[in-house]
Amino acid sequence: MASTAQRWTRDPILSVQHLTMRFGGLVAIDDLSFNVGRGDITALIGPNGAGKTTVFNCVTGFYRPTEGRIVFNRGAARSDHEVETLTKSGRQYQESQDGGIYLLERMSDFRITATAGVARTFQNIRLFGGMTVLENLLVAQHNELMRASGFSIAGLLGLPGYRRKAAEAKDRAIDWLERTALLDRADDPAADLAYGDQRRLEIARAMCTNPGLLCLDEPAAGLNPRESTELNELLRSIRDKDGVSILLIEHDMGVVMEISDHIVVLDYGRKIADGDAASVRSDPKVIAAYLGVDDEEVDEVEEDLQAGTVKPTGPQPTQGGMA
Amino acid sequence: MEYFLQQLINGITLGSIYGLIAIGYTMVYGIIGMINFAHGEVFMIGAFIALTSFLALAALGITFLPLVLLIILAVAMIFTALWGWTIERVAYRPLRGSFRLAPLITAIGMSIFLQNFVQITQGARVKPLPPQIQGGITLMDSPSGIVVQLSWMQLIIIVMTVVLMTAFSLIIGKTSLGRQQRACEQDRKMASLLGVNVDRTISLTFVMGAGLAAVAGTMYLLYYGVIDFYIGFIAGVKAFTAAVLGGIGSLPGAMLGGLAIGLIETFWSGYFSVEYKDVAAFSILAIVLIFLPSGLLGRPEVEKV
Repeated sequence: MASTAQRWTRDPILSVQHLTMRFGGLVAIDDLSFNVGRGDITALIGPNGAGKTTVFNCVTGFYRPTEGRIVFNRGAARSDHEVETLTKSGRQYQESQDGGIYLLERMSDFRITATAGVARTFQNIRLFGGMTVLENLLVAQHNELMRASGFSIAGLLGLPGYRRKAAEAKDRAIDWLERTALLDRADDPAADLAYGDQRRLEIARAMCTNPGLLCLDEPAAGLNPRESTELNELLRSIRDKDGVSILLIEHDMGVVMEISDHIVVLDYGRKIADGDAASVRSDPKVIAAYLGVDDEEVDEVEEDLQAGTVKPTGPQPTQGGMA
Repeated sequence: MEYFLQQLINGITLGSIYGLIAIGYTMVYGIIGMINFAHGEVFMIGAFIALTSFLALAALGITFLPLVLLIILAVAMIFTALWGWTIERVAYRPLRGSFRLAPLITAIGMSIFLQNFVQITQGARVKPLPPQIQGGITLMDSPSGIVVQLSWMQLIIIVMTVVLMTAFSLIIGKTSLGRQQRACEQDRKMASLLGVNVDRTISLTFVMGAGLAAVAGTMYLLYYGVIDFYIGFIAGVKAFTAAVLGGIGSLPGAMLGGLAIGLIETFWSGYFSVEYKDVAAFSILAIVLIFLPSGLLGRPEVEKV
């Protein structure tokens, strides 16, 4: 436990530092800092309206943060000195052979995926419904294809270099279809898939962009227990087999507690807890936030906890319980 | 019968030209949901560039016709595509993300600007071009004196359109660029999150549409032999009608709509009266839209719940 507990401080792939996001007078995120460990599954949890999706939107370039720095560090670990130098230089990113440092708050949305390698899915499914399942996965690989096809001129002429790339892209897509058990649906329109299949296809599509970090916004929402279990396996295999780190927002505590290496808890735009599943589960502030206790009462609850009058391992909050 | 056949040939030729222009409307609408009212003017500019390059080649003493045709077509396509790209860059991109009507109004402004620009720089008088390609195939020579003829020019226009349409469907359907365009069409934000450079894809769409409009402009110039700064307006409205009739956003629809409008116009002027051919075309548009609100091949927009 001790070695994994250190990972997000020792070798973070994503480091959100003093992130603040204001919309007019509303402070959605208030001076938030947390790390996502390389090779970890990190869960971002919190009651509704805590600012989880806003964090995602900042990380993936939908919003430009009011303040703060988001450092994405692909490849080997970098020293703080390198990050500082890059920040001062005013550039967006610095690449080396084995990866690079990317300051995501300075980059626009398509470059975050294409250059830095952060992929994302949404709460509501956003597949290209009119395109086939296979095409959905090929769109995600278009950057390599476009380069190889010389902006589709070589592609139309069918030059060998392009054909090889196109075959590789297809192989990768088929590989992901196999892993998500969608291979026999490859030529169907994506909109025709069942809900659970669409969820898996979204993850497969995000993985086809060849990301270093995969951000999933409520991947288990609306899944039945069997599909949830399959999702857990898929996410674990992405972490273990592909070496891709995962940051996920999830309300299904069963999923969160089971697969997360690291949990960050938000409430009202601030971080109230940060640690592994066991420590977060028994954190009185987390329990208070989930049970809807006022801020002032938190201290009371804490005292009670210390006195042993309230059992720290309270009922597992579920989606219904938080509303 | 002979008369009918001849009108059919004329109608298909005219419809091909409309169809080529209509694709520009339908593609731009598909990808950014905006009617590019300046597209008719892009077609007109294509015709002018073709005429200019034709005269330049004649001045240089190049008169071998197939070569001349190839060169003016290439020059017209390249320069008109450049115009298309520039129009998008200066007039539409800065307004992306602004309210829906803003780009529509800029498009109308752009259309007026281009018309006047050509009028001032090229003069308001019509520009004639003596027929370059004469003769054709006589399909039928009846004793009644009506000759059914498919002229070489008509043949070129029809073959050209078929070739371009095929190439185009292949680009949209099979290449990575086409996949990107379809992805942007369905969900721009998501496409961008998958690393698709949406701005570049939109620019390329304008470039492709303008390229096809240039072909239409060149064909118009060679077929009719006269152009002026105003041809873009009427052709543009017709092509837009064609795109709506076929189902805006649908490529085969644009082609089908173009053919339909071309045929309706030709047959109406052939059998009834030339003066009312536009009334006929627009009436049929109105009737079709009453029964098929999304056009002949358009997909109905399903409200997402």
